[in-house]
Amino acid sequence: MMDPKHTDNPNPESENSPAAADLDLEDETTLEDLDVEPMFINIGPTHPATHGTFRVFCKLDGERIEKAAVEIGFLHRGFEKIVETKHYTQVIPYTDRLNYCSGLVNNVGYCKAVERMLGVTITPRTEIIRVIICEIQRIMDHMICVCANLVDLGALTNFWYFFNAREKLNDLLEALTGARLTYSYIRIGGLAWDFPKGFEANVTEAMKQVPKAIRDVEGLVKKNRIFIDRARDVGVMSAEDAVSYGFTGPCLRASGVNHDLRKKAPYYHYDEFEFDVPLGEKGDVYDRIFVRIEEMKQSYRIVEQALKILPGGPINIDDKNVMLPDKDKVHSSMEELINHFKLVIEGIKPPAGEIYDAIEAPNGELGFYIISDGSGKPYRIKCRPPCFYLMNGLKKLIEGHMVADIVAILAGLNIIAGELDR
Amino acid sequence: MGVEGIPVTKHETGIITTRIDDLIRWGRKNSLWPLPFGTACCAIEFMGVASSVFDISRFGAELVRFSPRQSDLMIVAGTINYKLGPVLRRIYDQICEPKYVVSMGACACSGGFYDNYATIQGIDHIIPVDVFIPGCPPRPDAILNALVKLQERIDREPQRGPRRPVTEHGQTR
Amino acid sequence: MDKLDSIVEELRGELGDAVEAVDRPYGDVVVTVAKARVHDALSLLKARGFSFLLDIAGVDGLHLGRRERFEIVYFLYSLQDDLRLRVKVFVPETDMNLPTMTDLWQAANWAEREAYDMFGFNFDGHPNLVRILCHREFVGHALRKDYPVLKGQWATGTSDLRPDLERE
Repeated sequence: MMDPKHTDNPNPESENSPAAADLDLEDETTLEDLDVEPMFINIGPTHPATHGTFRVFCKLDGERIEKAAVEIGFLHRGFEKIVETKHYTQVIPYTDRLNYCSGLVNNVGYCKAVERMLGVTITPRTEIIRVIICEIQRIMDHMICVCANLVDLGALTNFWYFFNAREKLNDLLEALTGARLTYSYIRIGGLAWDFPKGFEANVTEAMKQVPKAIRDVEGLVKKNRIFIDRARDVGVMSAEDAVSYGFTGPCLRASGVNHDLRKKAPYYHYDEFEFDVPLGEKGDVYDRIFVRIEEMKQSYRIVEQALKILPGGPINIDDKNVMLPDKDKVHSSMEELINHFKLVIEGIKPPAGEIYDAIEAPNGELGFYIISDGSGKPYRIKCRPPCFYLMNGLKKLIEGHMVADIVAILAGLNIIAGELDR
Repeated sequence: MGVEGIPVTKHETGIITTRIDDLIRWGRKNSLWPLPFGTACCAIEFMGVASSVFDISRFGAELVRFSPRQSDLMIVAGTINYKLGPVLRRIYDQICEPKYVVSMGACACSGGFYDNYATIQGIDHIIPVDVFIPGCPPRPDAILNALVKLQERIDREPQRGPRRPVTEHGQTR
Repeated sequence: MDKLDSIVEELRGELGDAVEAVDRPYGDVVVTVAKARVHDALSLLKARGFSFLLDIAGVDGLHLGRRERFEIVYFLYSLQDDLRLRVKVFVPETDMNLPTMTDLWQAANWAEREAYDMFGFNFDGHPNLVRILCHREFVGHALRKDYPVLKGQWATGTSDLRPDLERE
């Protein structure tokens, strides 16, 4: 509060006005002497900046957040309960809707766990096709996360750049699978159908958009003073805290911890591909965004290499307990007809037991813990969602920051409500 | 000014006359401001409609407003579960008349394939819906089709009086 | 595998009879520990380098015919040695109290809330054990086998308008 006597007052009469005389401002009045109350603000569940529905309730001291409470569960769809009533193959569309920005990666994670339980090894061609698809989905998921994050910081142009590139990749996957968002292309033991002829050329063509879009976005944002001020040192998570909170994926790597399942526990020939794992230094919003952008570049490299070594051969395994027989044989031969009937009515039957398998999804470690009782329906499937543990850390990340930083931090964690609430 | 689509009478003096109701209907249908109540995967498809490839702004619905006080079309995109039901009802009540609701996707129309303890089996249990869009998720073209159908529905509306039955407390059903 | 075996042997040495079984399904290692000593077991494992608590899963084994009705499984990962371990605890229906692991790993905070919400486990010492996925008026525990799949429960109001910030 300024002492009116010391201000450059263009209106000299007001110094003697009754209002000025009422305020006794002889001494220095500091903020602590004033009667202040904290403000409580509720953000969500419907709010332009919440990515998905969840609620953050904050106690504010001016603009700074003193305490925050995060509430989730607004997209709880009972995934784990309803899959207990479905066959193993019928669960695949439900897994699509977990992290719907990269649906195929969830399919791959689930099918990989069931295949390990069945004890089958998929064909080499399927392995490389799954790698190509997972990396394309990783690029698409990171594109959505980064462009949404930048929109929340005010940089709207990047949304169009990345969405245009993503639409080209989405057209590619639509031509392959028939669906735009929830693909359900992967099957237990293989794929739904093979790549069409000449598809590899389409992939190369569509992927050309990716480096251009990344260059455009980086050019706008990387050295931008405003962006650095809003993103550097905001939402810092140290490496020990990140590990304690169960962070995995780009958010963990942004804090400097080198943990990537594609390098630590390689599956599907990832150890034969040359790619780097980008790491951040401080674990702030800037690092999370740029770790994702660097990972997009690395995924581009992996897809290039994978297309070169893509082998020919069958895509489905030759196991009549797992794969449906060819349709023309089903219509002509009795044995295949009965096999088809049993697989559709009773489902695939893994042996009784339990398994946990995880893959490196774009958001972190996506794991499935499956308990089988020997029947065609899973007894229990627990999905280990990467977002759940990231969201757990949100409270720690935002306390002490200002209200405007909430959206920047939240968007950097890439919270997909489908995965968070299952 | 373009007044295609509403019945006008052209006079030789260069003046056109029309009915107030027709003019209001024309303005209303071509400037629907959507409130995307997006929860799940359908929200990503809605983002795709808003982007430049499919472009919802051709139909006048460009200004996406997240505040119920500033919008008139609520697009419910995604699964609504029992926890979010009261929130949806509250936001719907806050939108001023005339308001329209589009239920996008299988989950909003009927619960989708989540027939379980957590999901409301169709938002029309709690709010009145004008257009249902099937699909899981519906293609952006289907969303644009639904918008056109809604515009045709607005064309057929009588303008006098409230659009829907009003309770004694002044709330619309 | 040797490092993991030696850690399991050390655990057995420390806790004795509380380590009830060690199974190796599909190449993973699962250690079954008695409910009374589970906090000691997990503290020991954390001290031996298992810095990651990946997940806590509850299981209702009503139709599996195991010793007790409920199980709770802790998924651990050691970042320094790249080892994975599962710790399983059998929990009887009559006594579903367990110690909380939030003092060891922050990740346990929400994972235990979810286990409470879905199954009804009670974690002693948890800072804020309320429902996380289902709404606050929900009665029952959804993932138990005797909860019918189709039984929905309407919520009459939005969640607490002013949550208790000290606890959350």
